[in-house]
Amino acid sequence: MQYNPVIIEQLILCCQCGIAIAPNPSNMCINCIRNEVDITEGIPKHSNLQYCRNCERYLQPPNIWVLAALESRELLALCLKKLKGLNKVRLIDAGFIWTEPHSKRIKVKLTIQKEVFASTILQQIFEVEFVVNYQQCDDCARIMAKNVWQSMVQVRQKVNHKKTFFFLEQLIIKHNAHKETINIKEVKDGIDFFYSNRSHAVKMVEFLSAVVPVRTKNSEQLISTDIHSNTSNYKFSYSVEIVPVCKDDLICLPLKIARSLGNIRSDDPLVICYRVGNSIHVMDPNTLAVTEITTSTYWRTPFTSLSTTKTLVEYYILDVEPLGPKRGKYILADIQVARSSDFGKNDTTFFARSHLGGILNIGDTALGYDLTSSNFNDYSFDTLNRNSLPDVVLIKKSYPQKRRKNKPRKWKLKSISKEQEEMAPRKQDANKMEEDYESFLQDLEEDPELRQNVNLYKSSNAMNVDTTAEESTAEEEDFPEIKLEELLEDLTLEDTI
Amino acid sequence: MAVRAQFENSNEIGVFSRLTNSYCLVAIGGSENFYSVFEGELGDVIPVIHASIAGTRIVGRLTVGNRKGLLVPNTTTDQELQHLRNSLPEPVQIQRIEERLSALGNVIACNDYVALVHPDIDRETQEIIRDVLGVEVFTQTIAGNVLVGSYCAINNQGGLVHPRTSVQDQDELSSLLQVPLVAGTINRGSDVIGAGIVVNDWCAFAGLDSTSTEISVVESIFKLHDAQPTAIVKEMRDSLVDTYS
Repeated sequence: MQYNPVIIEQLILCCQCGIAIAPNPSNMCINCIRNEVDITEGIPKHSNLQYCRNCERYLQPPNIWVLAALESRELLALCLKKLKGLNKVRLIDAGFIWTEPHSKRIKVKLTIQKEVFASTILQQIFEVEFVVNYQQCDDCARIMAKNVWQSMVQVRQKVNHKKTFFFLEQLIIKHNAHKETINIKEVKDGIDFFYSNRSHAVKMVEFLSAVVPVRTKNSEQLISTDIHSNTSNYKFSYSVEIVPVCKDDLICLPLKIARSLGNIRSDDPLVICYRVGNSIHVMDPNTLAVTEITTSTYWRTPFTSLSTTKTLVEYYILDVEPLGPKRGKYILADIQVARSSDFGKNDTTFFARSHLGGILNIGDTALGYDLTSSNFNDYSFDTLNRNSLPDVVLIKKSYPQKRRKNKPRKWKLKSISKEQEEMAPRKQDANKMEEDYESFLQDLEEDPELRQNVNLYKSSNAMNVDTTAEESTAEEEDFPEIKLEELLEDLTLEDTI
Repeated sequence: MAVRAQFENSNEIGVFSRLTNSYCLVAIGGSENFYSVFEGELGDVIPVIHASIAGTRIVGRLTVGNRKGLLVPNTTTDQELQHLRNSLPEPVQIQRIEERLSALGNVIACNDYVALVHPDIDRETQEIIRDVLGVEVFTQTIAGNVLVGSYCAINNQGGLVHPRTSVQDQDELSSLLQVPLVAGTINRGSDVIGAGIVVNDWCAFAGLDSTSTEISVVESIFKLHDAQPTAIVKEMRDSLVDTYS
């Protein structure tokens, strides 16, 4: 025989209403406990939400505006933060009850638990209604008052092409220096960057002065002032002027600068600019002497280029005779050239002493400045002895055969979205800009040093281009091409519907 | 008759009073309200005595007694003992006990025939209880609680025990006590029965918070409906006749 204890449930009477219940810590039935205590006491059943109808954001006190869709987690978090007494109870569950979006009412259903008497935990479900009130956020108020930006950086370079800005754009993208900008506007001879905060503008100015030779000037405009609190509202403008000298420009140094630079002969001030960092690097093609003109030196005696890359003329190399001196990849040489345009017309040849002895070979073509047929308006140039001047100053090797093919590139650059000037550019301006851009891309291809500062991305047709390129490699062996390994994969976000 | 009372804003009137069939001890309070409630109900039948034990007011928790006797802890002063001796009716024996568990009201629950005691109480003390109170002594717990005096209230007709006392335990206790028991609460759900209510055979006093449900449970289990001291005497006589015949 096995003993089976019969367990009879022990019942007592509820001390309030007298119905039989199992004993619990408060010894009351559930209904009596419910009547006795309201655990939602202290939690507001109605509340308000501030909503900016312009940017569709909700105010998260004290002053943060957050984007939250209806019935989203973010909105629920925002609603729960609004309820004051929730920290005194345990929140079990929260969810939205559907309401008509136009009703401007948001209903939240909450399940909470709280210990009522000694070790009696009561759970209750209740609703809280939020009324959505309109309130314009600070940002929108600023936009409405046409008072968007607080500080502006105006970058200008007074030259007749835009290549510097194309390069600058790539630098900015690479360093992500435009992160804080609220607007970028293209204007004549430059770009304007707008910021909501002065410190961001100062940061941009510092970035620019670190990468290009610039002169900055700042000015401020008083918008409003409060004499009671002694505060004022200013708009700050930073004018950043980039030195109007670019790579591959021909420069006739003013006598004063030429004298101050030790290794440039002051009787031969004709130099070429071979690099622009945050100072100007120039080279005398006759001696391979190089020197650096710092920004402060430049602005003490400003000068402009004698001739820019727009006026480069193509030459055919007839003879190269190295002279011996070397500097890096540059070898001094006497080079006999003829204008490509003279071919079949006359037999005029020129002798040029050039730094390109190691790069140019007989039969190549090169670009150079033609001094014989040019007419310059430059004071320091006029003071020179005409007879001692070279006829030709060669600048770089050119690849006319390859360029003519006009094949698509396997790489591409990113660009910053800019606001155009209010007036649409004229058609020839647009063409000119395209030419400048093409020229900038060619520079990138030819100069690996320049490429280091730029992020290149794989074009979508990179693979196809690579295979077709195989067929025509014979013509010009040293044609500068960018290896596929140098390119970065581009991240593209596409809508997949 | 069950009456609600309060001692200086406290509902735990069992702490401040000790009620038996032959006398009632009441703590000395700031006002006479509490005393008056007892005096009004009991005054013309049994003596209602102002008392203190060891200078404290918690007379209900420190003493235990029934119709035949009163036990007080060894902390009781001679003066207090003398006062009690002078005030109690002649047949009631009074005895001071040397017991480690000095809150006798908490560790002993008794009616005129049976006492339930804390399991750790001394054998000598049990002997004294048996002799002085004239009861059978049983070592018991109530719903797992060793403080039997705190968690139950009994008279000669019935008993109220802790609400968590299981049915088996109730059956066992009721067979020991030979009275019906019920699990219940006092003072609006409080399970400390002994502190919430004092009861004798015809009258009960409960804390002011006690609900009507609780009061009706108390009245029915202690058989207080239209109970009069005379009726008790008659009933007792019957039982006495039963015993001696």
